[in-house]
Amino acid sequence: MRHYAKLLVGSTMVALMATTAYAQTPRDTIVMAKQIDDIISLDPAEAFEFSGVEVGANVYDKLMGVDLANKNALVGDLAASWSVAADNMTYTFKLKPGVKFHSGNPLTAADVVYSFQRAVTLNKSPGFILTQFGFTKDNIAETVRATDDQTVVIKVSKPFAPTFFLNCLTSGVASIVDSKLVTANAKDGDFGNAWLKLNSAGSGAYVVRSYRPNEQYALEANASWHKGAPKMRRVIVRHVAEPASQRLLLEKGDIDVARNLSKDQLAAVRTRPDVAIVQGDKGYILYLGLNTKNPNFAKPEVREAMKWLVDYSSIERNIVEGTYKHHESFLPEGFLGAITDKPYKFDPAKAKELLAKAGLPNGFSVTMDVRSVAPITDIAQAIQASWAQAGVKLELIPGDGKQTLTKYRARTHDIYIGQWGPDYLDPHTNAETFAINENNGEDAKSKTLAWRNAWDIPEMTVRTQAAVLESDAAKRSSTYGELQRDHQKISPFVIMFQQVEVSAQRKNVSGWVIGPTSDTNLYAPIVKN
Amino acid sequence: MTMAPGPVAGPVQLSPPSRGSNRASRWSQAVGRELTTVAITMFGLLLVTFLIARVIPIDPVLAVVGDNARPDVYENARIALGLDQPLWRQFAIYVGKVFTGDLGTSILTAQPVLSDIKRVFPATLELATLGTIIGVALGIPLGVMAAVNQGRWPDQIARFVGLFGYSIPIFWLGLMGLLLFYAKLGWVSGPGRISVGYQDFVNPVTGVILLDAAMQGEWDAFWNALSHLILPSSVLGLFSLAYISRMTRSFMITELQQQYVIAARVKGMSELRVVWRHALRNALVPLITVIALSYANLLEGSVLTETIFAWPGLGRYITNALLNADMNAVLGGTLVVGAIFIGVNLFSDILGRLFDPRTR
Repeated sequence: MRHYAKLLVGSTMVALMATTAYAQTPRDTIVMAKQIDDIISLDPAEAFEFSGVEVGANVYDKLMGVDLANKNALVGDLAASWSVAADNMTYTFKLKPGVKFHSGNPLTAADVVYSFQRAVTLNKSPGFILTQFGFTKDNIAETVRATDDQTVVIKVSKPFAPTFFLNCLTSGVASIVDSKLVTANAKDGDFGNAWLKLNSAGSGAYVVRSYRPNEQYALEANASWHKGAPKMRRVIVRHVAEPASQRLLLEKGDIDVARNLSKDQLAAVRTRPDVAIVQGDKGYILYLGLNTKNPNFAKPEVREAMKWLVDYSSIERNIVEGTYKHHESFLPEGFLGAITDKPYKFDPAKAKELLAKAGLPNGFSVTMDVRSVAPITDIAQAIQASWAQAGVKLELIPGDGKQTLTKYRARTHDIYIGQWGPDYLDPHTNAETFAINENNGEDAKSKTLAWRNAWDIPEMTVRTQAAVLESDAAKRSSTYGELQRDHQKISPFVIMFQQVEVSAQRKNVSGWVIGPTSDTNLYAPIVKN
Repeated sequence: MTMAPGPVAGPVQLSPPSRGSNRASRWSQAVGRELTTVAITMFGLLLVTFLIARVIPIDPVLAVVGDNARPDVYENARIALGLDQPLWRQFAIYVGKVFTGDLGTSILTAQPVLSDIKRVFPATLELATLGTIIGVALGIPLGVMAAVNQGRWPDQIARFVGLFGYSIPIFWLGLMGLLLFYAKLGWVSGPGRISVGYQDFVNPVTGVILLDAAMQGEWDAFWNALSHLILPSSVLGLFSLAYISRMTRSFMITELQQQYVIAARVKGMSELRVVWRHALRNALVPLITVIALSYANLLEGSVLTETIFAWPGLGRYITNALLNADMNAVLGGTLVVGAIFIGVNLFSDILGRLFDPRTR
């Protein structure tokens, strides 16, 4: 009996040791650790969170794409060529011939029409990216048409800037789905939405092989992808919530890429010879929203004073190094028309002067709603300390994300500290929310960030709306430049940082490029030696 | 038993029913009482969770549509969630559905809550069961040793282990465990339930990987899963070991002072026999309740352990749902946890009766 027990323990130990010896990931598979619990759907007409959109970007093709190597310039994806009529309202796309879906079905103009019809009719969270061009479920049959198997003609409602429309076609909601496969899986007129939440029907680089919410998704390479088969046969993305665990897995070689390391962990793995760091500018803007319903923030001098009171460089250095960079305008770098002007720096004397001008020589008291997560809390505390130098007593109200957001949306905050992510790769996405407020009343239809901070700007609203109709791309770009410079002077937004997405990978991994949006985080170029 | 004067006139039959049927009716009464208590508890649990969920200042629609949604999309989602209905009706609809076995659909996973729970619960079950086995297998002997050697060094060691297991934050212990046994020594596998290379070999039937792998004869996968399981379950095991050993010690001290122990010793029975056969046997009755409660606690899922070990279990599922105001998932999860607690309690009552000769 006793010998038997010893034998059992011994063999268990040997078996355990043996399995851990195979710690390396399979050679033809990329394994990532990532926080993927934000996914609520894999359906491209519905997905609007980072992780869900990222899956879509690797599974579906779109008419248009961007060239990451060339300042995100527009390029054709499924479209072999495209033309815009003189009135800027009719677009004609010629499809690349011979493209097939994962199912083997040929990709034709009818699939493009179906995909647009589907996204517009379902009208889920990202639906507005298409419907803002005047498509409705009633007119979609006339506005998006197939004139033959390879040709799609799309008519928009206004002479929008072609760059605006084409940029929007690069976003996930404009993905082309396999109409035959989706129709076969549709239930109760849901356009296959329930089925596509967990499955895929695309023509992209990868196929969704399995997806278990909050646990992992596994993608398998599409060997007949129209841009050439991806190098890695499989990509497995596992949900590892804890960054410290991601770091350990990476160091041991149990994963190839760690996507959510914090600043400290990045600093630690940076020195390792077997780990490399990849980074890319992301569209996320970190800002303070000053509610102008607060009588103090209604005064332009006070708003400006706040911008002189943030110690940008010290926060960047001490709190967010490597994950955010100093940025003061509402368009993130990488977008058409983005500027890098940084008119403000930490200058308490200047701020005091402005406050005195506004009749507040001794400062004032104010609250800030702070989401209790890193690095938001730390940044808020740093701001609290620097504001005290000008007599501004800042009280921090901690809360969880949904809580602070609910308050912000009801505009009952004093100051909100948070992030804004662009919805698609066009300047209008941020310009619209930061610089348009059509109706400052409680009954407003469009509740932009400008509205949330009760910033009434009829003149700027008109200018911003005009920018989407500017057909000359260069002129459009400079219009946004001017808008942002004016915005910096008067807005109730203290724009502080732009996010830099960083991921750490094993040295033998190469080709992974982080794009400006989740739509451009592509797995296909990844190689492992 | 008091006889209430019934509305029916006429002589009351006083002939005593036979012993057998008396016992049966007492049994059915007991079951009835128990079921009523269970039903009331579950209903109360639902009501309180539901109310808390509606009172907290979080907008569940945001979880569905995200921050940037347009008003029309927002409104459609609100109606689809039934949030435009009055509160009482929302509750009535929900309870009605629960009775037909429909716990609703989770916002976050877009899956029926019941199938979500079926998916995440086996992971927790695996962890909790091995954790409890470790806790019992080491905790009881440790507690007995401490009681027998009260005040001497074995007792001090047991006290140290108990305090250590109970007071060290579990996430710290988990991380340190990973750092030492996984990263430095390489004795165990890291976070996750099974290594990527093995995951396709096991077909999920029960969802408990160890069982599935063993049933399908995939022994490589079995050992790999075990090497993933051993560390997190040891961390949980240490926690329950601490509790179980302290309770064992105190029950044993009480038993060892009883007269039957003195009698046994006087009769010349060996000390081993006195302690392990007689005293422990009697201490086991209250101990079963302690073990059952600690098991139920683990079955509820340990959020921190599951987070650090990337373990897709019930604790993380419910917490994540809560943080995102995914109320169907929270209510469903609460219901399941409630049912587990009640179930484990009932089971421990039955076990207790089996072990306690007085209740036979």
